[in-house]
Amino acid sequence: MRFVDEYRDAGKARALASKIAGLCEPGRHYKFMEVCGGHTHTIYKHGLEDYLPENVELVHGPGCPVCVIPMGRVDDAIHIASTPDVLMTSFGDMMRVPGSGGNFFDSNAEGTNIRMVYSPLDSLKLARQNPDKHVVFMAIGFETTAPSTAMTLLRARQEGIRNFSVFCNHVTIIPAIKAILDSPDLRLDGFLGPGHVSTVIGCRPYEFIARDYGKPLVVAGFEPLDILQSIYQLLVQLKEGRSEVENQYARVVPWQGNQVALRAMAETMELRPYFEWRGLGFISHSATRLREQFAAFDAERIFSLPGVRVADPKACQCGEVLKGVLKPWECKVFGTACTPETPIGTCMVSPEGACAAYYNFGRFSRQRVKEATGA
Amino acid sequence: MSTERLAPWAERAVSEHGATTGGGPGGPGDPGDREQRVLDRIDKARRRRPKVREDRITSAHGAGGKATQTLVEAVFLDAFRNPALEPLGDAAELTVGGERVAMTTDSFVVSPLFFPGGDIGDLAVNGTVNDLAVAGATPRYLSCGFIIEEGFEVADLRSIVSSMTAAADAAGVALVTGDTKVVGKGSGDGCYLNTTGIGTLDPDRALGVHTVRPGDAVLVSGPVGDHGVTIMLERGELDIDADLESDTAPLNGLCRGLLDAVPGVRAMRDATRGGVATVLNEVARAAQVSVVVEEDAVPVREEVRGACELLGIDPLYVACEGRFVAVVDGAQAETAVAALRSQPLGAGARVIGHVGDDPPGLVLLKTGFGGTRIVDLLVGDPLPRIC
Repeated sequence: MRFVDEYRDAGKARALASKIAGLCEPGRHYKFMEVCGGHTHTIYKHGLEDYLPENVELVHGPGCPVCVIPMGRVDDAIHIASTPDVLMTSFGDMMRVPGSGGNFFDSNAEGTNIRMVYSPLDSLKLARQNPDKHVVFMAIGFETTAPSTAMTLLRARQEGIRNFSVFCNHVTIIPAIKAILDSPDLRLDGFLGPGHVSTVIGCRPYEFIARDYGKPLVVAGFEPLDILQSIYQLLVQLKEGRSEVENQYARVVPWQGNQVALRAMAETMELRPYFEWRGLGFISHSATRLREQFAAFDAERIFSLPGVRVADPKACQCGEVLKGVLKPWECKVFGTACTPETPIGTCMVSPEGACAAYYNFGRFSRQRVKEATGA
Repeated sequence: MSTERLAPWAERAVSEHGATTGGGPGGPGDPGDREQRVLDRIDKARRRRPKVREDRITSAHGAGGKATQTLVEAVFLDAFRNPALEPLGDAAELTVGGERVAMTTDSFVVSPLFFPGGDIGDLAVNGTVNDLAVAGATPRYLSCGFIIEEGFEVADLRSIVSSMTAAADAAGVALVTGDTKVVGKGSGDGCYLNTTGIGTLDPDRALGVHTVRPGDAVLVSGPVGDHGVTIMLERGELDIDADLESDTAPLNGLCRGLLDAVPGVRAMRDATRGGVATVLNEVARAAQVSVVVEEDAVPVREEVRGACELLGIDPLYVACEGRFVAVVDGAQAETAVAALRSQPLGAGARVIGHVGDDPPGLVLLKTGFGGTRIVDLLVGDPLPRIC
């Protein structure tokens, strides 16, 4: 398959792996965070860690959009969906994210109508097709998905659609990275920057990380060779004593970002004073809500929301996992009370979540798996 | 945010399992030891008696993954338990009047009813024929139950019935009894079918996933994932076009050919809901062996691969309706491939992996990229209502 197979070439991977090994200083431990859940998924799906020396450790960051949705917001969504004649829609990953009384599937079994869509435009289409229903789109995601929500809002206004609204849960990546950098119990050597977010925001917003915190960041693509190459670039920077923002994913990411997308977001959304992130707590200016001009499309203004915060069980250590302080398997409930079948923490829900990825793909020690497969 | 509450289900799950204290970077012992303790803990939790935690049935219970398995074991098997049911095979093996027979049943709720390469009619016949065939039986008789929604067009019904006739002729089975029910408008989605099948078993041949042992070879009879992806695209929600057809076909001829040519056939399973990955997990669990699969050896059409890439799903989990997985004595793998390839339905047959002894109960994949990973059971089906 063109544009895919080129980036999965095992021969090139071996060549890169030996360069990576050559750059690592013996006795030094390297800890890099891949911010984006898409990277986590690629790493596990392709077994990429088999190519890394033992002293290079990848820490799975907070960039999985459903993993950071707190239970209280799920409860709010179910509350909206329980209103008569409401048809709620969201991305498939959201369906299994638990609230205090269960997830969207459980809620549907109780009588709500929450459907999976592939795009907010599909929700708008449902609104046109069902004039007797009010269709709500539960918007989630970083700057990657926010522009599509923004464009949908602009189109809804242009077409004068009255039975459509957005329950906005968009979050922004930079405050989350900053929260991690400011966390006292963390030691990282560098970052793999989120590729898809960067197609929208560009590379400039990361410059403070290199400048003020002295950590190199390489914006990385999502194929396994992209990630290996980005790790290589990080190691070169460390070797040369540099800390800069570099763009490995230049085939897709423009340094200045996507101005059309940024304008659409700015026209429809504004920053919230603060927003709760699952596991990380309240982070200021870390999420968006709809602007006053779009109040008619704002589910938070149309429906009265309970807005009750739901506390995680004390044993749940999502926050430490999201910050990279704990490895997934070090969490107290990992694999026992919290499994992909009954996820307590959201890191276990999405295939991009660090815990689910680890549980599904990486549970056994590399050594044992290598011996079993004769690799 | 002045108020705050707890999630009762989560608190309950933690108290049932008990939070462990061995984790955490400050824990005692070297990291390797600690990781092993965590794995042991998970293993213990996985071996616990399955328990349905939900108060109501959700779509996940019908998805063929872990939730379905839990429902079947905790509700149905628990209540109906008997020696014929217990193995939970594709078909039950019975002795009736001294004769060994296999019996199976399957319901069909596919949406849409008509799709490229077939419709719900041939799916219903082939599905049951195949469950018998992979159990090593010669399919003989089928029953069919129709649950039809008020308002359904008779022309469509005729078309489904005519597909069933053609499929039954191709498989050499007779539809000998049936039932018709009509439900009110809105109580069904057009037409649902149920078929039950009976076949005769060879008395000298014992097949079963528990007979699989290290050194065996794992084969598939052709490219995987065609059916699931065809249905998904046919629903038109994705605006993707591809030249693809369902692989729905009767497998009894192919299975018979393999059994006749290869004495060392250990087990066969058709790779329907949950795909090849689910079948391999059943094998690994039942025989307490490891199954090692080479990703590059698994035949997948380019169109299927492309669609799976776009949708973010793994072709190993996508349903087929005319493919099966066979585990055979490793020394007879080439004979087995040749036997399968000698028939048109098996033209794409390949060895995709082998059986090992460690870690027991696990399916491992050597990725095309050169890494390794675990292939576990899916929790939910990414493609609902495909059969």
